[in-house]
Parts: sequence; C-alpha cells; structure tokens
Amino acid sequence: MAPAALNKTKGSKLQKPPPKKKPKNDIFTEKHLKEDDILDDSGSSDEEVEDQEEFDIDEQGSASGSDILSDGDDTFTDDFLQGNDDEEKVSSSDSGKDSGSDSGSDSDSRSDSDESDIEKKSRALDERKAREEKDAEEEMRLNIAEEHDEFRLPTKEELEDEAHRPPDLPNIQRRIREIVRVLSNFKDLKQEGTRRKDYIEQFKMDLCSYYGYNDFLIGVFVEMFPVNELIELVEAFEKPRPICLRTNTLKTRRRDLADVLLNRGVNLDPLSKWSKVGLVVYDSQVPIGATPEYMAGFYMLQSASSFLPVMALAPQEKERIVDMAAAPGGKTTYIAALMKNSGIIYANEMKVPRLKSLTANLHRMGVTNTIVCNYDGRELTKVLGHNAVDRVLLDAPCSGTGVISKDESVKTFKSFEEIQKCAHLQKQLILAAIDMVDASSKSGGYIVYSTCSMMVAENEAVINYALKMRDVKLVPCGLDFGRPGFIRFREHRFHPSLEKTRRFYPHVNNMDGFFVAKLKKMSNSIPTVAPSEPLESVEQASVPNESNREKKIAEPLKKTGAMKKGGGLINGVSDNRNVESPSPAENRKKRKFPSREEISKVREEKRRALREGKKKTARKSGTKE
Amino acid sequence: MPENPKSTKLRNFVVALRFCSTSLFFLRSSQSIKMRPLDETETDAVFRKLYSFTGHNLKNIVENPSHEGPDPSPGRYCFRLHKNKVYYVSESLVKRATNISRKNLASLGTCIGKFTHGGNFHLTIQALNLLAANAKHKVWLKPTSEMSFLYGNHVLKGGLGRITDSISTQDCRKLDLNGIAVHHRTNIGEYLGMEDEL
Repeated sequence: MAPAALNKTKGSKLQKPPPKKKPKNDIFTEKHLKEDDILDDSGSSDEEVEDQEEFDIDEQGSASGSDILSDGDDTFTDDFLQGNDDEEKVSSSDSGKDSGSDSGSDSDSRSDSDESDIEKKSRALDERKAREEKDAEEEMRLNIAEEHDEFRLPTKEELEDEAHRPPDLPNIQRRIREIVRVLSNFKDLKQEGTRRKDYIEQFKMDLCSYYGYNDFLIGVFVEMFPVNELIELVEAFEKPRPICLRTNTLKTRRRDLADVLLNRGVNLDPLSKWSKVGLVVYDSQVPIGATPEYMAGFYMLQSASSFLPVMALAPQEKERIVDMAAAPGGKTTYIAALMKNSGIIYANEMKVPRLKSLTANLHRMGVTNTIVCNYDGRELTKVLGHNAVDRVLLDAPCSGTGVISKDESVKTFKSFEEIQKCAHLQKQLILAAIDMVDASSKSGGYIVYSTCSMMVAENEAVINYALKMRDVKLVPCGLDFGRPGFIRFREHRFHPSLEKTRRFYPHVNNMDGFFVAKLKKMSNSIPTVAPSEPLESVEQASVPNESNREKKIAEPLKKTGAMKKGGGLINGVSDNRNVESPSPAENRKKRKFPSREEISKVREEKRRALREGKKKTARKSGTKE
Repeated sequence: MPENPKSTKLRNFVVALRFCSTSLFFLRSSQSIKMRPLDETETDAVFRKLYSFTGHNLKNIVENPSHEGPDPSPGRYCFRLHKNKVYYVSESLVKRATNISRKNLASLGTCIGKFTHGGNFHLTIQALNLLAANAKHKVWLKPTSEMSFLYGNHVLKGGLGRITDSISTQDCRKLDLNGIAVHHRTNIGEYLGMEDEL
C-alpha cells in the first residue's frame, strides 16, 4: 500500500494546485469530519477509506490523461516534493488518509475550478519557495550562531586533514582572529569543556604556520605579551622599519645636510624629538648609501635603535671609552662625534672580516681619536687592565630576535640552546666590561649594556647576574620613552631596580626590538657571592679561566701588598697563600672542581689551623722569653 | 719660476723637515708588523709626498696641537708605521696603544698611506681630511664632472670650474677642451667600492 499511498499523496498534492487553493481550510475541515467519521464508524471506516483510495487511483489515471502539462510538471515537482513528502509522511501518517479523502471530495469540485488550477499551482509554488527560504534562513542562522556564539576549536581529525592539505591561509587567519576574540572575553565566549590552554595552543600553531615562526619563538612571545599585542608585534615584524641616518656633527649640521639631500631628491624628515642628529628617509631618487655626501662622511646609515645606547652612554669630552663590539662602527663614530674627537676610544671587534668596515667607517667619518683592536671581548681586561677607562659600551652579540624585520631566518633558526649560549657569552662579556671601568673616575664609571633582542634570558637575566656579581647599580638611562624592563617573568624574580632598564618594540616605537641598561660602578671591589645557578654554569664551562683569573687577582695583590679592593674581598692578605695552595691542587684534579662552599670551608679550616699555630708559636715564644 | 723648480722644492722640503721634532728620527732597520716610528728613509718618502700636495703647510700638519687623548693639555701628532701603513696619530694615543699586542692592533688615529713592497709610498684617500685642510692647490669641479671623478675618471678641461693659481694654471689654459687637466689619483668613492684595499 505504501507506494500507492505515495503516489496518491503526490498525485493529490500535484493535481491539487486546485485543492490547495481552498487553502488548508478544506483539508482541515475535511480532516475533522473524517476523524469524526472514523471515530464513529471505526469498523467500516477502513473499508470506506479503501474504497476511496481505489477511487483516487482511478481518478488519478483520468486526471493524468487530461492534463499532460501537469504531468510534466508532476515529474519535476515529484523530485522536489519527494524529500518533503518523505519527512512529512514520516511525521504524519494521517496525511495519506487525509489526502485520500481530499481527493475524494475534491474530485467533485475539480470540474468547477479549472481556472483556479493555475492560481493554485502558482500558490503552491510560492508556498514551496517560502518554505525553502525559511529553511535556508534557519540554516543560515544555525551557521552564524555557530560562528558567533560558539567558535569551535578544530578537532584532531580536522587538524590532521589540514596537515595533509596545503595550508589554507585565509582560514588560518580567520581562526587566529576568532581565537583572539574568544580569549578577550573568555568566560562568555568559550566553548564548553575547553580550557584557555587549548585555545592558546591552537593559536600558537596557527601563528607558526601563518607567519613562519618556529614553536620556540612563538612560545616565548606568547609568554611575554598579551594576545592582542602579540598580533601587532608579529605584524610589525613583517614590515621593514624606516631607514634612518645620523648626521656627522664632526663635519656638518643636520639642517645643512638635510638641505643638500633634499636637493638631490631624497625625501626625509627629522627623526624624532629625542634626537638632534637623526633623519628618517622615506624614499629617495638616488641610492642613499652612495651619495657624495655619504662618501664624504657627512652622515651614517644607522637604524634608529642604534642611537639609543650611545645617548644613554653620554660620553664626555676627554674621557677614555671602550666600545667592546664596535663593527661596523655606527655607534663608535657617534661616540666620537659626541666627544668632538677628544679623549680616546678603544674600538674592539672580534671578527677580522668586520674590522675592515670598521676602520673604513672611522676614516670616512673623520674620527681621529680611536684605536682599533682585534680581541675577544673577554680578553680586553687583560689588555687594557682593570679599572682603566671611564665608560664602556657593550652592544652585545645576541640572538637578534628584535630585528626579525631585517633577517627572517631568525624566525626559524633560534632555539633554546642558542639563546642560552648567547646569554652565557653575554654574562662573561658584561663582567669583563665592568672590570675595565674605573669606579673612581671623575666624570664616568658607567657601563651601558644593550642588545637587539627581546629575550628575557639575554636582557634582564644578564643584568641581574651583573648586579649580583659586581658592585654596580642600575641608573636611569636618560631615555624617557620605551617600556621599563621586566621585574618578574615566569619563575624569575629580578632585582626591583631593573625597572630602570628600557625595552623598545617595533609595534610601539617603530624601531627594532631593543634593550638598553645603564650601570654605574660603585666601587672597584668584587663582592663575595653565594654560589648561584648561573654562576655555576659559568664555572662548569670556563673553570680554567676562572681559576686563572683568581690566581691573577691574587698575584698582583700579593705583589702590591696594598689592599686596593675593599673589605668585601675573600682574598685578604692572610688568605693569599691559602688561595695559592688550593688552586694548583684544584688544577691537578681534572675537572673535579669543588664548589665554592667547599672551598670556603677548606679555607676556614686552614685559617683556624694557622691561627692556632700562630697562637702556639706565640705562646711558645712568650714562654721562652 | 726663475729658479730651478726642483731645487726650490728641495730647499723648502729641508726647511720643513727642521720643524719636525727629532724624536721622529729613530734608526730602526727592520720592517715588520711592529708599530714603530718611521725611520729616516721612510720619513723622507712620506714628507716628500706630503710636501708635493701641501707645500709650506706641511709644518701645520706636523705641529698641529692635538686634542685627542684624555690629558688636559694638547699633545703633538706623530707618524707611526704599522703593517706597512703609515698612521698620523696623536702622541697620547700612541702611548696608550702600546699595551695592545701587534697582531691585534688594526688601526690608530688616521691612516694616511701605505708603503709598497718596493718601498714607495702612496697616499690613500683616508688622508683627505688632513690634506684638504692644508693643500696648496685646489681645483673646483663642475657638478657634472663631480660624479665622473668619483667613478675614477680623470678630470677633463671641460669639467674644471676654478683652479688656484700655480705653476700649471697657464698650461691648463692652453689645453684643448678634452685634454686631461687633472689626473685622478684617488677619490672618496673608494670608501664604497674598495674597502678591502684601504
């Protein structure tokens, strides 16, 4: 019966653009009537229905004969309606009976409503359209509801799919934005059962694939910045910073230079209100690095961030300055210009190929007060001596995470180990720098430490280490813009004066990522230090150096006899001999150096022994006498 | 003009020599990478070259009080030889450069020229600042020939703007337009193109 019923329903509905004309009123009324009938005559109703159904089939046949066109329509509309019919059939089993009765009753009235056929057809079409639109709207609403009210994190299967396909960039970007939105209002917008961490994990992965970073770097950035700022930072790294140049005040003034360059067709502006010598170049008709003015040494191409450490250093005339990592010479020439070629600058550069550009730049800019040497920065204290100069500038070699806009390879090649290596080297260099400075210099006694990196391990951690290891303190840099450095970061707790250091970011200051710190050396003594982790790591790596250095400190002390260094020293006069004896013993043991605690214990015991020995001899001599 | 030009040159040269302090004339024979003062022949060569550009102003170069160095009173300049390059450097700098070992010292003060293997002395472009302040004869160029000179070409008569009065001025007037008026020795473009050879 089912197929027959199907046909019937189709037929009835199709051929009843007419019947539907009496919009559903008829159907309803007939339904009611029928139901009454059914209720009353339960037994006979079935037969009646069956009879009517047979009737219907016959009628369908005749009807189909008369309306060929509608047949054509029927076949099409069959398909359209089939889906609906199925649903409706499932939902309402009465519909078959209803339509049967309808057809039965309507067959009578059909002859009357031939004209209304077309109207009924069109109405049916309209209603169909309306229904479809309604469904579509509901679907749309469903979709939008999903996006706005519930951004779903992609499941594992979806992620795997994505991994197989080539990266779908707009999709990833959309997802990044969505996650930012969700995280900004996490309580309301989060998906059920997910934690903040899941969102951040997905966010990290998306950033890595969209912008091309490796996991380590993005992980570090996520810890340092809130999510909104992180997007701005990463976007800023994609674009290059504007080209800046610095007027060489030894040869010209900024105004004159700007005039000449404007005549040549260079579009420039003064850099900022914090610099009197800087110019920023927007575009230029001639190559800005090859003008006759450049070759005559009137200006130097330099990034804006490189002005900062020299401004913080503030060298005075007739001072002795050391620039420990000088190539290619932008900062050194700036120092010389500020000093007006007086005093003396030691410009040191470790890598031989870079020495040539350093000397060329110095000569080109007309700097005459500089000695260029080629040492490893850590050896400079041996060469120049302790407490020998007034100021030191250490623009330390670093991982370069602040200059990603210049060098995209940093995005992928930096790892945790590399950062640790850089930090280790920087810690050694800063100690060497501090040792070279003379705390009692009349006008100086300052060290400026700067890096073009944003990693906390290379910046605040190194300064904190220096604060522990030497008698120095942080002073304001003299730069009133830029953010203060971190005082605490994850599990690290730094000295509170670290807020005097300054951090610069591309998305805030429109210059490369940079860090500047200015230290003042309070005294020339080296304080005693409890063993701490960074120190031990230094020890393990370079213990031979350490022991040699201790020896060297001990020897000159012995020779001079005078206690130049203050009372804070472990190497007191009485201990000189003790220091000498353990250290060769230590050197004999291969790499099994006892920790500092053990050394101090040993020394205490020896001191006690010595004192007792002295007392005994005194007593003996006393008694003898 | 009436005198033999060469003899006047020599006489002026000797006069100029007298102005130099005697401390510059150490007799040392070895020519290694040591940082040392110039010996007699070397000093001779250097001064001869400088004199040809600066003439009497040579004494300005030598006697210039120097403000470099952390000492309050100005010192003097001197010449030093290091790795076959001659440096014009203040005395106070020289004193402080002694504790830098020879092979680690790259440069001090201003390098003004080099000695070739054959023992000839040539001035390099880094000496320009020094020379320009003291030069006897100057030539002004037209803007168009400025770039051409910077690329290493000789200056043609057509590119001359002004020229100080000197021996060869008369000759220049006789030159036809495309004759070489000034031979090109060196130019500041070498800072860009030939950094390695400086």
